[in-house]
Order: sequence, then structure tokens, then C-alpha cells
Amino acid sequence: MQIDLTINQKSYSLELDSRVTLLDAIREHVGLTGSKKGCDHGQCGACTVLVNGRRINACLSLAAMHDGDEITTVEGLSDGELSPLQAAFIKEDGFQCGYCTPGQLCSATGMLQEISEGWPSHVSDSLDGPYELSEAELSERMSGNLCRCSCYPGINAAIRSVGEKA
Amino acid sequence: MSYELKVDDKETTDRAAGLSQGLLGTAADRPEGVLKVTGRATYAAEDMPEGTAFGVLVRAPAMGRVELGNAPAVEKLPGVLAVIHDKRMLRNPAQGMAGEAPVQGVAEADYVGQPIALVVAGSFEQARHAAEVMEVRCLGEIRPVSPGAVEPEVPEKKQSSMGDLDAAMAAAVHKVDATYSTSAMSSAAMEPHAALAWWEGDKLTVRASLQMLKYNRAELADSVGIPLENVRILSPYVGGGFGSKLGVSPEVVAAAIAAQQLGRPVRVVLNRRQVFETITRRSETEQHIRLAADGEGRLTGVGHDALVSNLPEEPFSEPVTQATPFNYEGAARTIGHRVARIHRPAAGSVRAPGEAVGVTAFEIAMDELAVAAGIDPVELRLRNIPAEVPGTGKPFSSHMLAESLNDGAARFGWADRAAEPRARREGEWWIGSGVASAFRVNMLSEAEARVVLGPEGAIVETDMTDIGTGTYAILGQIAGELLGLPQEKVEVRLGDTAFPPGSGSGGSIGAASTGTAVWLAAQEVRAALAKEMGCEPDDLTLKDGRATCGNISRDIAELISGESLEGHGHVQPGDASSKVKQATFGAHFAEVAVNDVTGEVRVRRMLGSFAAGRILNLKTARSQCHGGMTWGIGMALTEELVHDRRDGHMVNRDLAEYHVAVNADVPPLEVHFLEERDPWTGPMQVKGIGELGICGAAAAILNAIHHASGVRLRDLPATPDKVLAGLEELG
Repeated sequence: MQIDLTINQKSYSLELDSRVTLLDAIREHVGLTGSKKGCDHGQCGACTVLVNGRRINACLSLAAMHDGDEITTVEGLSDGELSPLQAAFIKEDGFQCGYCTPGQLCSATGMLQEISEGWPSHVSDSLDGPYELSEAELSERMSGNLCRCSCYPGINAAIRSVGEKA
Repeated sequence: MSYELKVDDKETTDRAAGLSQGLLGTAADRPEGVLKVTGRATYAAEDMPEGTAFGVLVRAPAMGRVELGNAPAVEKLPGVLAVIHDKRMLRNPAQGMAGEAPVQGVAEADYVGQPIALVVAGSFEQARHAAEVMEVRCLGEIRPVSPGAVEPEVPEKKQSSMGDLDAAMAAAVHKVDATYSTSAMSSAAMEPHAALAWWEGDKLTVRASLQMLKYNRAELADSVGIPLENVRILSPYVGGGFGSKLGVSPEVVAAAIAAQQLGRPVRVVLNRRQVFETITRRSETEQHIRLAADGEGRLTGVGHDALVSNLPEEPFSEPVTQATPFNYEGAARTIGHRVARIHRPAAGSVRAPGEAVGVTAFEIAMDELAVAAGIDPVELRLRNIPAEVPGTGKPFSSHMLAESLNDGAARFGWADRAAEPRARREGEWWIGSGVASAFRVNMLSEAEARVVLGPEGAIVETDMTDIGTGTYAILGQIAGELLGLPQEKVEVRLGDTAFPPGSGSGGSIGAASTGTAVWLAAQEVRAALAKEMGCEPDDLTLKDGRATCGNISRDIAELISGESLEGHGHVQPGDASSKVKQATFGAHFAEVAVNDVTGEVRVRRMLGSFAAGRILNLKTARSQCHGGMTWGIGMALTEELVHDRRDGHMVNRDLAEYHVAVNADVPPLEVHFLEERDPWTGPMQVKGIGELGICGAAAAILNAIHHASGVRLRDLPATPDKVLAGLEELG
């Protein structure tokens, strides 16, 4: 079936098997392998991308469900120069092996947007924002992205350094 | 030419102190960082050649002789190219540094989950579907799957005894005699194991996610049945290893065989459940520990007996007691090791094999001894630090356990801790803290590297891997330091067996081994530069691209007049390890909160103070320790592979059911490195740091649970059900 996707502001018209996930469409059919497959079951977050500005696990979604959607992957977070978040991940050592990193970056980008829009989380005191980027809020909101190298101190420091400036 | 070094003796001169670039020991960024944060670093399954076909492995649902009932029908499904059932396929991965094929064969399934066929199709979706509809029957009896169901092997070489432990126990003023157990665990690296294989004539190239390429090359060649020279492995980026990628694994050999048969590139990526099931796990352990002490808490006897498991014919067994011969004083010492041969998925090395679980159990026992003797647990450990390896007269190469304990205690605020358990309560939560020592043996391994200095800078080449450990960073720092170049002028090329064979990543050997090979190679280049300058290498100063000797100073690029200088380094372990005991040491401190109502444990803060020789890169070393400590949290509280009691299959074989620590589980972690130089590890005086952080970390948490709540748990992980039962017992 034909699926039209806009990925990182570029249009793609793809002829895909209906079983192809959004993640595999991006990785294997478009060739943007920055988004990673860690579990293919929505358990690790390595495949996190932004769809119409919101973070989702691309492995849990079929490409066919996204006809006409605007998608941002890790490759689209920077335009020539590194984004402040990407630069902060390097400075704070927010990764080691790097495999979960694209997902962490997309997830953090979406998360900062969510918190700025006043979305509550499991650890929020009330359902009405605004919310501070406290350690508890940050950790809770980023807990869908596993890092087995366990760079959480670096990841959190990097997100915080950008989030506080935003 | 080549600069050769066999590490036989100590090197007391700090040779790095005479260098000028100022790169060693700094917190330099990872040079590959930009590629990783922009998604351009390519892992094994990426960078596919045109025409790649997709393979999916099929698992055995039971044990015994394998029958593929509907293979002909599956081969006719849309897109399916082949069903491969080849006797060269692997039962399980090779063990670390095997250098030869592991057990092969698909006619018989030795454990539930064993890969027994590969379905290859034109698309991933077609292959996945075809693999799912394969009708696999295994015709055989279920074989023993529980360690308690068989009479374990007692390997003679792994038993040792000195003095009379029974007498020491009988005469002890304070003692501990208890059995501890740790669960089977999974490395669960974020990148699933993957291979992308293609042939050019009789030459095989495989992109794979592996840690130790020179061994993997030999393992793959032996498995497929071709000469070593015809195999090339590429692993430029490895998405985490932790031991799970030490040896060549089933998907690599399956992809190579399929690509050979089909005459086109084939990619095989394990799905997450297959990663859990077919890749080596850490064995569960049962550890009987006996400690005998005098009235002052000084150990007079130590006993440590371990029971672990593995599949038949696997040479590896978790070396649980590896640190026990040298950890503390104790004239009487008995060490035992038993292996239950059972039919669970194969066991192998997982981060700090041995100490990760052995030190953890031992350090809980030490806490119990401290409580029994009424001695502060830090003080108890300080009283028992041996001057040499007990009973052998063998000195330590360097030993900073006391400094680690004292440094950590001071920084953690240990002095403010209440002596008695259950002294602090905040609402529903009991608050307490615990300590544990960290021990990890230090090893050197043969390694080679090449350094080429040209007008634009230097290039380092070795088949060494960077599995997240920081290899790209530290090798660039070493070469830059020796050649007087800023880090950005040094390009490090790794993960290609066409390069000189490094040590590989595993056992914390990388920095000292391959790092020294790079050091030697760069020294050879330095010597050539010195010759150009007309001076002795020791009189040469290289800094920021300039060579200075006496009152002569020249631009290095100009000095070599557009040519390039090449150096080759080769390091081998020598007699040093027979003359001295080499290990790394540290101390873990943890503060926990234990919920009196639910039994939930939250780690509130952790601190580690570590001594591992010269630290080459503060940033990457710290991250390695963060990793180890976080694995300690997982081991202490959540990580537990569950095997079905009937057929041994792994029940919780995914990341939803096998619980690794997530962001919200990890509190602020503090890591401190003690200034140390180990003169017995070669010219850099460096030791490994990748595994020390996990050794004993879980014990600090378990000991803190006891201090907080009074509940003593000897069976890890400390899940709420166990904590709650303990709380109820206390009333």
C-alpha cells in the first residue's frame, strides 16, 4: 500500500507491506537508521520519534497509521549544527554505547514540550500545571527510555541544562 | 618494526609525567559523540548492501530431536527464499576468548529456546511470518533444568583449602554461617545481537555486534569451516555488550551460512526475546559463606562455597569466589566451586563475572559479622585488610581498599549513621545506610595497535571495539598525549579485523591492554621524530603539533615533510601476574528507604570511591562506574531471570518482565576516584575500571535495607514480597 510520510520536513511516498511498522519504514525503507530498534515491543524507548510533535514508540505503530503525518527523527533534531540538547548530551556524557541515545533525545525533546504545556505526570502533585522540571518529574517522564549503560546521571544533567534555559 | 613489551616487572617511573599535551586523565568528550547524537553512528544491522535478504531464527519449543514438519510448505510462502537447518549453526554463543566454535548443531535441542533453523525471505515481514508458522517438534524427554535436580560437578582445580576452617569456626568469638543466593541475570544490552553477512568469492565479511573481534574471527571461521584469513568482521559501533557479545553468537553464523547458500547478503537480527533466550545469561548462584572472627572482629577463617549452573559441554562457570582468596585476612580458608549441568539457556560472562555476585554475597556476610560483633562495618573491613595475599606471601601490586573506605565514608557522612538498625523513620519509610567493599581482579591481555602520523594528524588503528566504554576517547588521548596533538587531530579507527588485533572489550582489560599497545606504537613514532630532530626520545617535547628539543623547535608536519611515520605496538602479559596480585578496589555506600507497609525499597543515594590506577578519562570512567552501580541497584532490587520449573524455559524474556533499572530507579550517584598508580601494569600504570562499579554495589543496598528496617535478606533480588515477609517477622 502507498503511504505518504513527511520525515524531517522531507516528503516520502512509500509502497509498503501493510505489516511494516513506522520504525521499520523509517529505518529500512527510508534509510534513516538513527532511530533504533531495541525491543520492537514498546518496552525500551530506543525507537522514540516525534509524530506531529508528540513522542511515540515508532515500533508500536504501523506505518499505515501515519499516512500524511509529520515525523521528526534524531536526524531531524539538528540542522547542520548540533541542537543544544545534542551538545549537552556530549558534554554531560549522556550516553555510552549510544544505542538508546536517539530515542532519549527525541523523548527529551517531546518531554520538555509536554512539561511546558502543563501536562501532568505520575509524580505530579496535582493535575493542574504548571510543573517544574524537578528531578522527580524529569526521571519519571524519561523512564520510558531505558539505558542499560545507565547514563541516567548524564542524561538528566543534559536535559536539565537545556530545560532550565528554555 | 614494532615496539614490543612483555609486562614482567614493575615500572616505577611515571612516564606519562614527562609528556606535555595534557590529554591523559582529562574529562575529554567522546570523539564519536557527534555521530551518536545525530544518529549517524552505524551499528551492525545498519549500512545494508543492495539486495540484502532477511533472516529470522526459529526456536525449539521443547528439547530433543528436532523435526521441521512443514518446512517445504514454509519455503513456498510469499517471499521466502530458504529454510536453513544447517549442522554448523550454533547451539549457543562461544564463551569469551574461546577462539573456536562453540557447540554446534540443530538436529537436537538441548534447551528450550535453542535456535534450530533460519528462515530467509526477501523482506523482514515475510521472514518473520514464515518463522512464526514453522511447525517445530522436539522429540525427547525433558532433561534436568534445576540446579537442585542434579549431582553437581566438583572441578578439582577450583577447590582450595588452607588451615583448618572447622577449627577456626569452632574457636570463633563471632561468626557467620549462612547461605546466600543470587538470581540468574541478563546483560540486556540495548542493541539486539545482529549480523549482516556477505561473501565475495570465498571471502566472508560480517557486520556484527561483538566485543572481541580477533577471537570472534577465529570462532566464526571455525564455525563456518573456512580459513581465518577469509573472514573479516566489522563492529565499528556496538550498542552495549556487558559480556553478552564476547563470543560469536548464533545469528552471526546463521547469517554467514545463509549468505553463502543464497549468494546474496543476509541480515539476521535477534528479536528481544531471542536475545534473552539464546545469548548467555549470568548463572544463578548459591553461596555458602562461613566467617570466623576473634573478639576484635579479626577474621581467622573464611569459607566460600558456590554452586552455579551451565549447559553440558560449556567450559565457563561463573567464578563466584574469584576475589575470595585475597579479599580479607583469615588464615584458614576453604573455597569450593560446584557446577550443576542443567538444560537452561547457556550461562556465560556478564559484567564482572565472579565478583559481581561473589563479592556481593560476601559483603552481605561481612555486614552480618559486623552486626554480630557489634563493630562498625567500615571499621570491621579496615581491621581485616591483608598486607599480602593470605597464606601465599604474594604482595599486591597496589592496594587502596583502606583509602577507598575512608574516603567514601567521609564523603558519604558515615560518621552520622546510627549504630543500631531501625533508628530512623520518615512516615511509612524506614531509612538506613550500608557499605560494601568492591574487589575486582585486574588482567592484562595481548594487544596490538598501529599509529600513523601524517601531516594532518595521527590515525590509530586496531580491531579493538568501543562498546560504550570510551575506547575511542582514551586511545585518541593516549596517541595525542604521546605525539603532542590535540584530540581532534587524532582519528581512532576501531572494530575491523583488517586492523592489528587489539585485546577486545571484556574483563576490564581494554584500557590497560590495547591502550598500552597504542602507547608503544606512538612511542615508535616518537622515536622516529626524535631521530629527525637529532635528539634522544626522552629529550623530545611534543605539544600542540610542535616538536621541541633543546633550543630547536619545529612544526611536526614540516618535520616529517609531508610523509607519514608509522609505529606498531604489541603488548603481552608477562611474569608480573605471577609476582604480584593485581586487583582494583573500592567502597560502595548506599542510603535506602524501606516502606513499612508495602515492602518497597527505594535507593535514595549512592556513593562509590574507587582506586583503579591511573584514570585515563574522568568522564568515561565515571560513566562506567555509574553503569556498574546502577546494575547493582538492579541486582539488589529487581533483576531476576525466571526459568520455568518444568522445562527451564525463560519465562520473563523481555524488557517488560525482566526489570532493569530505569531513570526513576536511579538516585543521584556520586563517583570518586582515588589518585593511584599501579607500577605493575605497564608504562601507563593504569588498571581496568569497567567492572569495579558493580562488584559489591548490591551488597551496600542489601546492607542498607537491614540497617533501615532490620530485615536481613540473603536471597537477591530484595523484592517487596521478601522485604514484607521480613518486616512481618520482626513484628
